[in-house]
Amino acid sequence: MRKFLLTLLFAPLAAAVPVQASEGGYRLDRAPIDPTDLVSLQSGARTFVNYCLNCHGAQYMRYNRLTDLGLTEAQIRDNLILTEAKVGDTMKVALTPKDGKVMFGAAPPDLTVVGRSRGADWLYTYLRTFYRDEKSPTGWNNAVFPQVAMPHALWTLQGEKGLQVVSRAAEHAPSEYKWSEISPGTQNTVQYDTTVRDLVNYLVYMGEPVANSRKRIGIVVLFALGILFIFAYALKKEYWKDVK
Amino acid sequence: MASRLMALWDWFDARMPSVAEEFRKHASEYYAPKNFNFWYFFGALSIVVLVIQIVSGIFLTMNYKPDAALAFGSVEYIMRDVPGGWLIRYIHSTGASAFFVVVYLHMFRALLYGSYKAPRELIWIFGVLIYLTLMAEAFMGYLLPWGQMSYWGAQVIVNLFATIPFIGPDLAIWIRGDYVVGDATLNRFFALHVIAIPLVLLGLVAAHILALHDVGSNNPDGVEIKKTKGPDGHPLDGIPFHPYYTVKDFAGAVIFMALFCLVLFFVPEMGGYFLEYNNFIPADPLKTPAHIAPVWYFTPYYSILRAVPPLFNSQFPGVLAMGVATLILFFLPWLDRSPVKSIRYRGALYKSALAIFVATFLALGYLGTQPVTVWGQAGAWLGHADRATIAARVFTVLYFAFFFLMPWYTARDRTLPVPSRVTT
Repeated sequence: MRKFLLTLLFAPLAAAVPVQASEGGYRLDRAPIDPTDLVSLQSGARTFVNYCLNCHGAQYMRYNRLTDLGLTEAQIRDNLILTEAKVGDTMKVALTPKDGKVMFGAAPPDLTVVGRSRGADWLYTYLRTFYRDEKSPTGWNNAVFPQVAMPHALWTLQGEKGLQVVSRAAEHAPSEYKWSEISPGTQNTVQYDTTVRDLVNYLVYMGEPVANSRKRIGIVVLFALGILFIFAYALKKEYWKDVK
Repeated sequence: MASRLMALWDWFDARMPSVAEEFRKHASEYYAPKNFNFWYFFGALSIVVLVIQIVSGIFLTMNYKPDAALAFGSVEYIMRDVPGGWLIRYIHSTGASAFFVVVYLHMFRALLYGSYKAPRELIWIFGVLIYLTLMAEAFMGYLLPWGQMSYWGAQVIVNLFATIPFIGPDLAIWIRGDYVVGDATLNRFFALHVIAIPLVLLGLVAAHILALHDVGSNNPDGVEIKKTKGPDGHPLDGIPFHPYYTVKDFAGAVIFMALFCLVLFFVPEMGGYFLEYNNFIPADPLKTPAHIAPVWYFTPYYSILRAVPPLFNSQFPGVLAMGVATLILFFLPWLDRSPVKSIRYRGALYKSALAIFVATFLALGYLGTQPVTVWGQAGAWLGHADRATIAARVFTVLYFAFFFLMPWYTARDRTLPVPSRVTT
């Protein structure tokens, strides 16, 4: 009975698993990211400043924080700052939200913590599922985020895709997605998936730059608490030995 | 050195003897039953979390900006640029959920061992007041990061007050200080969260503990230990709180800290339950999220709110049900007619009722985190209603049945004889 009650009480904690699905009903691919892979993170940072930072800002992320990724401030200044910004500045963007709204119909959101709000799997799938759609104002649409205001920023790499969605006869059956290639990009599928993997890896890092060191500190803290418990338990035993 | 310290203490004690007196009264000569088990850790742990929240909260206010234009950014500033800021912030966010975990377990202990029954009704009433105050504290604190869930959660909860007939709309404006949740709301919630409510909370905690120490602690047997005293006038089944329970609670607190740190350092978001994913999007009054879910500790009541159908286009019946669901806790000592306190000597009726209640509370909690469409629609015979809503209605009835039928099933329960002394 007691065990059963305990299990019951702690069950909701054990069941805490992230639930992530796209609003379009498109099945998300698992993002093969590795937060300890510095080469991947550096490559992602390069893609980010070259392709994303023109319209999207990362206004809470400082350039010199990228020293986390094994870069020196000089390397950051020479390779990753494409504006007049100082190395201690945050990643601001010249495009104002107002202009963004005029240009795209919606202001491009700040991406500092997008890795935390959207999650890696969503971003990884989203950035790989743009397709040509003549009906949309930008000429682009997305399988994960239907009617998205953003055009395909990485299209020169991936090329142009076409998508035909076949609805199943049964009411609740998932639709079938038929992808086709309209024109090739400069990268093949494997190369492009790697580019997006690195970019998503970087976005997740940028969402919480402290994540890696947080876990390292956590191990030390838990070890220290383990030692403290040995003494605390011995003290309790010593006092309680005369309680009958 | 030691004698110097003793001399200093004697000097102090001669001028303020009440310090030593109070220590004796509440610790070294407060006799607690010797048979406390696992469930008796959570009172002391609640104090531990209270201290954690107050201390981490003080450091957060040093860098947080209660301003609609700056709040979200200042939290990210704490997470990135303030040395150790991320640690303080995660301690506070994990602490908020941990507070409810230990308080729920502490309340469950009272249900297990009848700790609310005479002569401890006042302790229970102070406890329920602490619980309600804690809800207000958590709700107002959750607005401060100024993310989408902060904003829309506050919008939903403040609008609950707007459903009250006649005075509702004006009351909601009075609470918000504006027609929508805005900068004025953020500022006043900040003031209430960091000063007003913590003061009330501290006062109630003091009252809770003083009331406890006046009548003495209950125990897993529900036996009054003060009835059997030794020749020295102390209860035979009692041991001084200090040092016995201070060392025991310290060991328990270390285990608790380890679990706390496990969350804090490895899964601070707890899969979206402690820090919701949508709350990493800055508050946007023009964009309502598709699915608004409160933080997990409010979800049982949120489920009850959604389960009750509107009447004359007003959500007030749901709000009323939610209010009654929390306020009914005050009446528990008088709803329970059982002659025994502890579950050990209660009959099958109370044991089953409690088991169903725990399952109901967890089920309501789960359903509250999910959109009502989570289980699809029922067939035509139920008018194609959402299955989750039907389930929530059944669980809502069970929730209230636990309380409203209590006078009946506790009076009829076949209880066992209670021993005169504690057993283990």
